[in-house]
Amino acid sequence: MSLPSIQEKIRGNPKFAELVGKRTRFAIILSLVVLLPYYTFMFFVSTQPQLFATKLTEGGIVTIGWPIAALIIIGGWLLTGVYVSRANGEFDSITAEVLKEARK
Amino acid sequence: MKRSLTALIAGSLLAVSFTVFAAGGAIEGVEKQPINVSAIAMFMIFVLATLGITKWAAGKTKTTADFYTAGGGITGFQNGLAIAGDYMSAATLLGITSMVYFKGYDGFVYAVCFFIGWPIILFLMAERLRNLGKFTFADIASYRLDQNRIRTFAAIGSLTVVCFYLIVQMVGAGQLIQLLFGLEYNYAVVVVGILMMVYVTFGGMTATTWVQIIKACLLLGGGITLMLLTLAQFGWSLDNLFSKAIESHKLGEKMMAPGSLMADPISAFSLSLGLLFGTAGLPHIMMRFFTVPNAKEARKSVFYATGFIGLFFLVTIVLGAAAISIVGTNPAFFEGGQVGGKLIGGGNMPVMHLAKAVGGDIFLGFLSAVAFATILAVVSGLALAGASAISHDLYARVIKKGTASSAQEMRVTRFASVGLGITAILLGIAFKDQNVLFLVALAFGVASSVNFPVLILSMYWKGLTTRGALWGGIAGLVSSVGLVILSPTVWVKILGNTAAIFPYDHPAIVSMTLAFFVTWLLSVTDKSARAANEKEAFEEQYIRAQTGLGAAAASAH
Repeated sequence: MSLPSIQEKIRGNPKFAELVGKRTRFAIILSLVVLLPYYTFMFFVSTQPQLFATKLTEGGIVTIGWPIAALIIIGGWLLTGVYVSRANGEFDSITAEVLKEARK
Repeated sequence: MKRSLTALIAGSLLAVSFTVFAAGGAIEGVEKQPINVSAIAMFMIFVLATLGITKWAAGKTKTTADFYTAGGGITGFQNGLAIAGDYMSAATLLGITSMVYFKGYDGFVYAVCFFIGWPIILFLMAERLRNLGKFTFADIASYRLDQNRIRTFAAIGSLTVVCFYLIVQMVGAGQLIQLLFGLEYNYAVVVVGILMMVYVTFGGMTATTWVQIIKACLLLGGGITLMLLTLAQFGWSLDNLFSKAIESHKLGEKMMAPGSLMADPISAFSLSLGLLFGTAGLPHIMMRFFTVPNAKEARKSVFYATGFIGLFFLVTIVLGAAAISIVGTNPAFFEGGQVGGKLIGGGNMPVMHLAKAVGGDIFLGFLSAVAFATILAVVSGLALAGASAISHDLYARVIKKGTASSAQEMRVTRFASVGLGITAILLGIAFKDQNVLFLVALAFGVASSVNFPVLILSMYWKGLTTRGALWGGIAGLVSSVGLVILSPTVWVKILGNTAAIFPYDHPAIVSMTLAFFVTWLLSVTDKSARAANEKEAFEEQYIRAQTGLGAAAASAH
């Protein structure tokens, strides 16, 4: 079967629209979950640095700035795991179905 | 401003801002150190092992696909390590630890800035890159646009970034090796250039990938070992580590919170934009996405790479904080034994001194060898990206219009690699003792304002046309280069003027915005028949990007 007709079938398959919609929404939400805290963090670092000087525990040494920065890194990594597990599972199986139906 | 040593290390991505902003003494006139036998011995083992791998890889490198992408047969995990190896450089290790050592918490903020692009690359780009690209990022940029003009322009964008980086890396290599190994600068530059040529010319992507994987393991292993040795000295207590650091640091308690480096919100925003999107426009990083068999593995690559890079950043933060009390109070590490004066070897040396303090000469030798290996891995990735822009984009596609045979293209690739190696050596020698920091800002400016806009818009925006992409790219190129010249680093510190015309060292806030605006304006006003065809061709590209239908497959072996 020729490539254009396969593409037409993919385009016409409601599952394709579902795949693209779900995946795009998911990617945008996750990007915001990374970028909003990051830019909030950067904004306060440059305008309100004293906020980060609060001690983690009463009379302790470590300020809250250190675990916050570490959380942004660790959280960013965990979110890549969240995306990969859904994309490689749910999204890829819809993709496989769409391709299979188009090649029929 | 720190000069040579910093500059050389700055070659890598990470170095950029560390060097620009890091405090620390000037490094002019780095003293050549006595020859370090254990470091050289360990480095020789690394070289022999990687040459062995290159020989094996050469046997497997028969087609252009083998050469550019290792036949697409790298697994997600391997590629994740290799991406981490491409991205984490000697500058990560030396630069971040040095930032924390001198500035405390500000160093951590920089580490976060260098990290944050990775999740975004995964969410928005990884699978589309893999589905649309074959060998180079120009494949994607010119997918439905004018093959001659857009591909040529994208190749020029790649080569510009590659050349700026190569110079910085070579200058850095010469100085670092002079310092750590006690070898002559020129000799070190030639060694790095020749090894790079050998890896790339004979072993292509397969050899480069394995050099990067080995280097990533060494760097991670070395960093973690050093961290454990160090934590043992503080009774495994971070509270203890930080209280000693506060006692020893000249900022005292202030080192625990953000300080002067990020005080200007616009400057901080421009820097973070440049780093976030510059990372996504680095040709040698983009190229790594074509080495895996499919989008599934491409996603896994970024997951692993992000984990390794994040882990390594956290390790370097601990090392930097530990160095404050261990290195900062020991007269043996200061010139003339004056605690608080100039560090021996310059401001980037805290982690090296820390290695010596907690692990002795052998461990210092090991870490020095790792730093050298790190530079080699990064320059190899750069040379490969440059060679493929020349042979695949300019020669095979633009000049030969796709009629070149695989054998011809391979020959051009090899000549290009050798040519780039010789160019890198000559430039490395020519820029000896120069302040090359501005080249790092340039590389990031060009990557974020030239490569990134055309790449992301070609994947996401149906309305992009050749005219818009070309003029937007030119606007990004001219403004990013121009603004770096007018920035404090170049206009004041290098050219000796009294005040900078453009107040920020990183141009992205203006140049990226301008590139996107010009691209948009000249695309939406483009009413030509060609533009209409290009918009129509988006449909096919879109389906391929979303489903992988028709994507380049792994070559059979």
